[in-house]
Amino acid sequence: MNVAVAIDQIPQDALPSASEAGPAPKRIVVAYGFWIFLLSDIIMFAALFASYSVLVRSTAGGPTGAQLFNQATVAIETACLLVSSYTCGLMSLAVNSRRHFGTYLGALITFALGVTFLGLELREFSSMIAIGATPQRSAFLSAFFTLVGCHGLHVALGLIWLIVMMVQVAVFGFVAKVQHRLLCFSLFWHALDIVWVGVFTVVYLMGVSA
Amino acid sequence: MTEARHERAPGDRPSREMHESDPSEFFVYTIGLSVAVLLTATSFWAANTTLLWPGGVFLGLAVLAIAQMGIHLVFFLHITSGPESTNNVLALAFGVLIVFVVIAGTMWIVADMNANMMIPSGAPMSMRMQH
Repeated sequence: MNVAVAIDQIPQDALPSASEAGPAPKRIVVAYGFWIFLLSDIIMFAALFASYSVLVRSTAGGPTGAQLFNQATVAIETACLLVSSYTCGLMSLAVNSRRHFGTYLGALITFALGVTFLGLELREFSSMIAIGATPQRSAFLSAFFTLVGCHGLHVALGLIWLIVMMVQVAVFGFVAKVQHRLLCFSLFWHALDIVWVGVFTVVYLMGVSA
Repeated sequence: MTEARHERAPGDRPSREMHESDPSEFFVYTIGLSVAVLLTATSFWAANTTLLWPGGVFLGLAVLAIAQMGIHLVFFLHITSGPESTNNVLALAFGVLIVFVVIAGTMWIVADMNANMMIPSGAPMSMRMQH
């Protein structure tokens, strides 16, 4: 009874409902689809986090996380990725207002910070491998290299994607298609930063404090 | 105004004209960055301090990480509770549910199996996963 009364009280001049307004604009459909992909990607990372948490104590007599991890490196990596997420956000503001210079500047800073992050991570990996802490050494190290390496691979792919997007901006300008792709890129980059929050907390900080 | 009641694309700001640059959007990102920096710095401090009870540090780090993920979602990805972002929030809620099931379920099942593992007589204790 009350439901019927409530429906009667809806003002008639309200905005048309989504079904009356027709299909959603391309921008919304594209970004929503990419959002679904990102969530599935995060679920894949959840599986890697779960396996890491299970295997973290299975060091097979090899080095533990507390012996291997250097917190200063992790702090710099975290700062790089966080600031690059911020500059990526500023870049998407410049894209929305179609400013070429702001877009290129934001992309350049984001790219430089991403490359710094990746360089530090590779240096960390190679120094670990140099002292015998390879993925074959223990289940803990296998899980570590899979989780952190998978995130690093995503960052590397994101950097290639960023170069491709800047070429597209230079060639095609801010047409709708390029804007949709840039929106997807910024979603991807922010999602990578969210995953990194999990990585530095679970792997590095809990690894050295526990 | 062609603004029908459509959903909003994830990552877009709530119902703004896309062509004008609004200084308030710049401040949204800046606030997000400052809060995220504060939470990260607190995490690194908590992991290294001896002032706190070690058992509590573990829980505190988890809370700080979840808080920072929330900050990123709100200030960088612009996920709101508004009616035009219902689909985005529903998809996110489903993703979080699956993430929780995968992580908590795995840890529960494996810890249970590890506790119930039959140790063959004469086998070293190191067959258990704890070392």
